[in-house]
Amino acid sequence: MDTVPATGLLAASWLLIALPLAGAAVLLLGGKRTDRWGHLLAIGTVVVAFALGVACTLELAGSETTSVGVDLFTFISTGSLDVSAGLLFDPLSAVFVLLITGVGALIHVYSVGYMAHDPSRRRFFAYLNLFVAAMLLLVLGDSFVALYFGWEGVGLASYLLIAFWYTRPAAATAAKKAFIMNRVGDVGLALAVFLMFAQLGTTSYAGVFGSVGLLAGGTVTALGLLLLLGACGKSGQFPLQAWLPDAMEGPTPVSALIHAATMVTAGVYLIARSAPVYDATPTARTVVLVVGAITILIGAVVGCAYDDIKKVLAWSTVSQIGYMFLAVGLGPIGYAAGIAHLLTHGFFKAGLFLGAGSVMHAMDDRTDMRGFGGLAGRMKTTFVTFGLGYLALIGFPFLSGYFTKDAIIEAAFDRGGASGYLLGGIAVLGAGLTAFYMTRLMLMTFFGRARWSTTGPDAVHPHESPAVMTLPMIVLAVGSVAAGFLLVEVFPLVDWLAPVFGEPEEAAHVVPPLVVSVLVTVVVALGVLLAWVVVGRREVPTTAPERVSLPVRAARAGLYADTVNESLLMRPGMWLTRALVWVDNRGVDGLVNGIGAGLGGSSARLGRTQTGFVRSYALGMLGGALLVAGALLAVAAG
Amino acid sequence: MGAIQAPSLSLAALSPLLFVFGAAAIGVLVEAFAPRHVRHPVQVALALAGMVGGFAATLLIAGTETVTAGGALAIDGAGLFLQATITGLGALSILLFAERGLDPARSSFVAAAAVPAGSPRDRELLTSERVQTEVYPLASFAVGGMMLFATANDLLVMFIALEVLSLPLYLMSGLARRRRLLSQEAAVKYFLLGAFASAFFLYGLALVYGATGTIRLSEIRAAVTEDGTGTLLVLGLGLLVVGLMFKASVAPFHTWTPDVYQGAPTPVTAFMASCTKVAAFGAILRLLYVAFGTADWTWRPLVYGIAIVSMVVGAVLGLTQTDVKRMLAYSSIAHAGFLLTGVIGLGGGTGSGLAATLFYLLAYGLTTLGAFAVVTLVRDGDGEATHLSQWAGLARRSPLTAAIMAFLLLALAGIPLTSGFTGKFAVFRAAIEVGAWPLAVVALVTSAIAAFFYLRLLVLMYFSEPAVDGPTVGVPGLPTTVVLAVTVAATLVLGVVPGSVLDLAESAATLVG
Repeated sequence: MDTVPATGLLAASWLLIALPLAGAAVLLLGGKRTDRWGHLLAIGTVVVAFALGVACTLELAGSETTSVGVDLFTFISTGSLDVSAGLLFDPLSAVFVLLITGVGALIHVYSVGYMAHDPSRRRFFAYLNLFVAAMLLLVLGDSFVALYFGWEGVGLASYLLIAFWYTRPAAATAAKKAFIMNRVGDVGLALAVFLMFAQLGTTSYAGVFGSVGLLAGGTVTALGLLLLLGACGKSGQFPLQAWLPDAMEGPTPVSALIHAATMVTAGVYLIARSAPVYDATPTARTVVLVVGAITILIGAVVGCAYDDIKKVLAWSTVSQIGYMFLAVGLGPIGYAAGIAHLLTHGFFKAGLFLGAGSVMHAMDDRTDMRGFGGLAGRMKTTFVTFGLGYLALIGFPFLSGYFTKDAIIEAAFDRGGASGYLLGGIAVLGAGLTAFYMTRLMLMTFFGRARWSTTGPDAVHPHESPAVMTLPMIVLAVGSVAAGFLLVEVFPLVDWLAPVFGEPEEAAHVVPPLVVSVLVTVVVALGVLLAWVVVGRREVPTTAPERVSLPVRAARAGLYADTVNESLLMRPGMWLTRALVWVDNRGVDGLVNGIGAGLGGSSARLGRTQTGFVRSYALGMLGGALLVAGALLAVAAG
Repeated sequence: MGAIQAPSLSLAALSPLLFVFGAAAIGVLVEAFAPRHVRHPVQVALALAGMVGGFAATLLIAGTETVTAGGALAIDGAGLFLQATITGLGALSILLFAERGLDPARSSFVAAAAVPAGSPRDRELLTSERVQTEVYPLASFAVGGMMLFATANDLLVMFIALEVLSLPLYLMSGLARRRRLLSQEAAVKYFLLGAFASAFFLYGLALVYGATGTIRLSEIRAAVTEDGTGTLLVLGLGLLVVGLMFKASVAPFHTWTPDVYQGAPTPVTAFMASCTKVAAFGAILRLLYVAFGTADWTWRPLVYGIAIVSMVVGAVLGLTQTDVKRMLAYSSIAHAGFLLTGVIGLGGGTGSGLAATLFYLLAYGLTTLGAFAVVTLVRDGDGEATHLSQWAGLARRSPLTAAIMAFLLLALAGIPLTSGFTGKFAVFRAAIEVGAWPLAVVALVTSAIAAFFYLRLLVLMYFSEPAVDGPTVGVPGLPTTVVLAVTVAATLVLGVVPGSVLDLAESAATLVG
């Protein structure tokens, strides 16, 4: 992969990052003056960035080269030391740029309606712009350090946005939880960057991937595992999955953009980008597979038990990203499939979240599906767009999910051997569970008897959302329907990404694709049927039943991930903290204060030589001169 | 008796000096003939023209490498870089001198220096329009002397340059309009100790001449290479070093610095702290590397030790200062030590230390000039409020002034994204490259100690309650505004994108002899 210096429009690709960043700066620094038009500016910057992203992608597609570098900034370049930053625009970053700015622009538009009555709408748009800028830096940087900057930037934006309604204790706690669990992952990424710098002396993609083969096997495996830890934190993968559902405390557009379509897929990007590292370490690659497979099941099982519409979608996100991890963990046969699923998932999951937001908008911000029901007639646009997203997600034939998820399942079987059957089986089972919990969600929300009333103390008046909200939903629904077909059949993503991941090789199919396809469709149909039998035929109780079986109880508790975290990490962590505070108070502070007092004392004592008398100054100089002469003579004689 | 041969003079190579000295000479005539009321503007314009002309001339002849004036002057990359730095900083200092809007007494300089301090006539003149306008030609002479100092290729010329730059400084230190006795005391102290130091230099010169039979730096080098170093020569070198270290305010020859920095009018202090330091280090580099470069094993341990002493003394003594100007004086002593690490980093004259030292001088000069400019802004009824306690809560009263000072203090402490970091990074790296990493470690530790007193002022400005009868912050006139804008911008730019200036210093890093 030869990177050439950017020319023409591509040389201006730094504007992609600069525009939303400038928007955020104007909104944050401009204060109340920008209240009236701030959101329009924010939308403008992202829309222009999208247009620029499209233009850049077309230019890249039209040119001979497949990878373009932009020198951004040279901090110090003197002698052997060279601290500089640059951008890399290649097919992989191009698809992410389009996803981020495209879906980002739609969600910006949607937010105008969703946040219309919020007094701090300006702050919201500023943070959204900040997020878009950081996310673009993450995917456009040409080194792991640049990626790390973006990585921390999106983490910050995510934190700020989860805690956007920071006066709600739940939101504040969720933001902290997200931040801390991300920190665990970020430490892994940071260590990986240090390791690269220590072992290879560089952190640029070109440098690291060029010389990764020279490293010892153990080092590469460590590198792969550290990168994976970072990816798990950001993408809500096992064992760091528990923060993502809590992050739904943020405004729904945030859940759609950050916690479904873009940021949480950064882990997939990281692993796909680091393909040469994983090529060199089958061990770490296997761990990626295992993480992906476990997460598929965790997300799908827990998603079946929740009653909160956004949390079900969040667990679904966890599970779907598990598919992507599984895909990129499969190696060359899976990369393109994983990225394709990432893109289509970006469409339909963002659409589903926007739909959920629309429902909440109609239902006074309630999220408990046990209080919904029968909304299909009241909100037709929302119902139709949400329904299309639902069909795409469960893999209804010829919609997006069908193409991209089946490709992953096929690739899993194609791995061959027992592990191939195991992974393929898990993936198929996950597809069935997905169909179950999503059908349950559809039935509880849109069908059945209305479990709300238009009178009384809890009266709600469900209504369709304004056009500024439904339009983005419609666009995303169209995307949910068509994206899979387009990406697999019309403009094959496999070929577009070939310069990054290598030419796709025709895999020897262990199980014929048609069989896989039929099998998945049957399992999905079974899931739907089961949901109809369990939920659709009967009356849904408005309060969750208490006396439930053990598996349901476990699933409701998120498979006890929080409990495990608390007893394994939080409590020992608190003991450790207490011990450290003690050491800090007694030992470190003592040392520091001692040094301070020592220096201050010697300063005062030395200061007495500064008498103000010329005679003593002259004496001091004479003494100094004698010492100088003596020292020189001693050196010369010795 | 043969006819006297006129030495060959390259006027082009001398043009920067000619501009500055020409302006100074015309300034004397203006002082003699121009009516009093026009003198101030004319003198300011003249001095500025001289400095800016000299600065422009250095740029025009950049790349020249020649020994001229009968071998007395070496115009080379490093010399021109230093001359440009001195004239640039000199021009900014002149702007500070020319500020008339800040002090209700209309100027930092006394109206009539000959009137005894505290006499009725003195009180009468305190708020008069009159200014002792001789400061401008004096400053021009001092700048000319500094430029000569940094390019002298001959010990005698170096000595003359030393005197030409010192005598005006002694006088200018005594010209403060307020607290005149303190100012005059500073001037006398500076003069006495300066004379003492000059005597060391002169004696060293005589010894070196006695040992080698020449005062030309290149010929001394040849003699050293050929005949080795005798006792006489080494003693001579030691005494020359003492004389130069005094000017550069390197410990243990620093004792004058706090007293004089405190007593002198603040614009003059700014001038001394920035320009004199540059010139003195120019001369140190030339002496050590052109004349004694082949015998560096003799002086290297000495400079190593002096650097450590200077860093430690500056940083430790700075901790307990209660006066901003004295604190900055100790900071200047510590920075002299950091600069010496760059001098060590020159290695055998091939290391990156020369470029690093040149860059450091430029960066430090600009930052310290800016810091003293801020000191002129914070005032109470008696003029400048320099006691630390008076700066408490400044941020609340004047956020912009406090922010500028905070930024410059961070630069002095060497925090990244300021020029101070880049400079320190460059000199420490140069020292490490030649294997002097213990020195770099000491430098890092003392940087940390010194950071304490910079940050203390920062904390005081931002996190303390303002005093009830605290000082006010004057509204700077155009000259001071320009100085602040230039120094802050330069400190930022040299910290964020130092590449081009580092490259410039790299390409200028040549010494001819």
